[in-house]
Amino acid sequence: MEAKAVHEKLLSRFGEKIAGEGLLAASPFTVVAKEAIAEVALFCKSDPELAFDNLMCLSGVDYPKESPPRMEVVYHLYSYVHLQTFALKVLLPREDPALPTVEGVWGVANWHERECFDLLGIVFLGHSDLRRILLPDDWEGHPLRRDWQDPEFYDGLRVKPTPQMAERALAGEAIGVGPFDFTPPNRSTQ
Amino acid sequence: MATTPEPVVNEWDREDLDTDEMVLNMGPQHPATHGVLRLELRTDGEVVKAARPHIGYLHRCFEKHAENVDYPGVLPYADRMDYCAAMGNTLGFALAVEKLHNIQVSPYVATLRIVMAELQRIASHAVAVGTYTMDIGAFTPFLHLLRDREKILDLFEWTCGARLLYNYNWIGGLSHDVPQGFVRATRDLLREFDSVTFPELLDLIIHNRIFVKRLASVGVCAKELAISHDLTGPNLRGSGVARDLRKDEPYLGYETYDFDVCTGAGQYGPLGSCFDRNWVRVVEMRESSKILHQALDRLEKMERTPVQEKCPKRVKPPKGEAYVRSEAPRGQLGYYVVSDGNINPYRVKVKSPCFTAMSVFHHLARGMMIADIIALIGSLDIVLGEIDR
Amino acid sequence: MSEVKGLIHNRFDDGLIVTSADQLINWGRKNSIWFMTFGLACCAIEMMATGGSRYDLDRFGIMPRGTPRQSDLMIVAGTVTHKMASRIKRLYEQMAEPKYVISMGSCANNGGPYWRQGYHVVKGVDEVVPVDIYVPGCPPRPEALMYGMLKLQERIQEDRVLRRRGFTVGSLRGAHKDGAADQQVEKAAR
Repeated sequence: MEAKAVHEKLLSRFGEKIAGEGLLAASPFTVVAKEAIAEVALFCKSDPELAFDNLMCLSGVDYPKESPPRMEVVYHLYSYVHLQTFALKVLLPREDPALPTVEGVWGVANWHERECFDLLGIVFLGHSDLRRILLPDDWEGHPLRRDWQDPEFYDGLRVKPTPQMAERALAGEAIGVGPFDFTPPNRSTQ
Repeated sequence: MATTPEPVVNEWDREDLDTDEMVLNMGPQHPATHGVLRLELRTDGEVVKAARPHIGYLHRCFEKHAENVDYPGVLPYADRMDYCAAMGNTLGFALAVEKLHNIQVSPYVATLRIVMAELQRIASHAVAVGTYTMDIGAFTPFLHLLRDREKILDLFEWTCGARLLYNYNWIGGLSHDVPQGFVRATRDLLREFDSVTFPELLDLIIHNRIFVKRLASVGVCAKELAISHDLTGPNLRGSGVARDLRKDEPYLGYETYDFDVCTGAGQYGPLGSCFDRNWVRVVEMRESSKILHQALDRLEKMERTPVQEKCPKRVKPPKGEAYVRSEAPRGQLGYYVVSDGNINPYRVKVKSPCFTAMSVFHHLARGMMIADIIALIGSLDIVLGEIDR
Repeated sequence: MSEVKGLIHNRFDDGLIVTSADQLINWGRKNSIWFMTFGLACCAIEMMATGGSRYDLDRFGIMPRGTPRQSDLMIVAGTVTHKMASRIKRLYEQMAEPKYVISMGSCANNGGPYWRQGYHVVKGVDEVVPVDIYVPGCPPRPEALMYGMLKLQERIQEDRVLRRRGFTVGSLRGAHKDGAADQQVEKAAR
């Protein structure tokens, strides 16, 4: 089935829960309202004509400078039955982004959503185990947001690179490049 | 005063003895976890009741770096994700940006990319199978396979100067052309691989009774679980699903090469066991050798074009996004690249095959012995750099 | 190294017998360095290759051990992250004296390629444990790691086990570019 046909099918089934499309993109997608993502996902998997039984990738993207500022969650789907790809997108507000989980549809979404929560702060309602996966449990903040600032220290160790290094790099100096003195200390001719 | 002596009750004779469960920690530093992986095992004696993997001990902020350097600058960071198979990582990113930028590489560059990717596949599977057998207990195959991997790394070093992390596949081309004599040297290597290494591998490991008995009924992953948890590559093919991106969505001209898709056959136990996944990796090495022979034949007859002629002076793709995947040695490596027209990417999200393979771990680990946990981790062939990015 | 108050440790003035005894002890120690495989990232693969068939480390008596309790050397090979830093410290403390640390690769030296935006990367393992030898490279070639090991062997040979610490004699004399430093230290010890 072509991307346009998939979109038409979703539109006919879910009506106003479909909020837009991007069928001319390199990976064509349909925009779904955030409340309906779980049922749309289940339909995509169970319908025999679509049969998207595999979630290839779940990504969160932060767009603070767009108007209106938003975060997106993009689901890239694949069907092992029909060998076709498709994508779903959900647009979320930047303050308090939350949407239902799809871990009941595709088991791999459990870990993908944990990572999205960890790095971007997007909350997945109904997730069985929503906690940080990559960063330590007591880390503060969500680093992949565009307004992330490195803290000075975490647990006594420096997080931001030393101010001297950063200043010198910004001034255009090439840090870490020679000339080096390669004479080993115990072979000096003095 | 007691008139009869009290009966002796041994602690181990009591009827109401409950076996408490124990939480065992296979900590981040462990010789057999293939990197810094922490496993929290809830065991009842030797049998594992539940396993919880903890990752993130090697989270190196790849996606944050990718937003702050330009497109060619992302390639060295991409290399360092799956460090056992670095050619595949840069290939995936280069393909994604070339799709956004609409660049078509020349047939010479495409063939060279295939040669490097397949050589890397053999080297990566050598490390995977070698360290796996070392975890199981056999030390010799590790040394043999590492010796042969060194020869492949010699070829890479001859071409681009680096042994492990090459930064070879550039956007629109390659960093170095192959030197004179490369084809002959590769043919020598393949001749030795086909006649000595591969039969030795089959004899020493695959048809080894100990190996078979240890692995053939361990860690069985059913087909539906594999697809639902997005197992790809040799892990998926070990469960019997004959899907290979090089055949389904061919890139770089893979459709013109003649090779088979290897799946697990369940010849010694249920389909989808650790043995089947390992079997797929071993047989894929032979298929890679087949592809390499064909690619080298074409290289000799092909016209040599400069490898950097299609590389743009400044990589600035138009606004858009693309999700492109390629068949890395560990599975499907996917890059979701969002561009907003600047010289820095806006967002690069990597779908790493080992990340999704690890997500199925706690399903497969239930009911196993602790020693089988080691066998399971090795059979999924994880590289923590790719899981944590 | 820590100040262990033993009966004969660092007790004696320089003399013929104790110097020879020291040299014998150090010769034994340097020719059987057992290292703990602390492979974190890509440098771990090069460390494995150094121990493998072509660049054999076993001919120097260097053997990998899985546990810190049985090892003299910890090769920190790879990127140190904040989540991992406390574990490195704990493993270092579990090693028995005399213990050495080689920082292998540019990530362990100073944060490496991840120094700029790496919010989760510790800028060098010497923020966590004291380091004896730094081996640069990304990843260092096996020959470079072997050179680092040989330098460590030289350093072990110069160690003062029975002899009192405090002044520099023997083969390290004249190793610094200005011999003045040596004379000052000798003066202070007298």
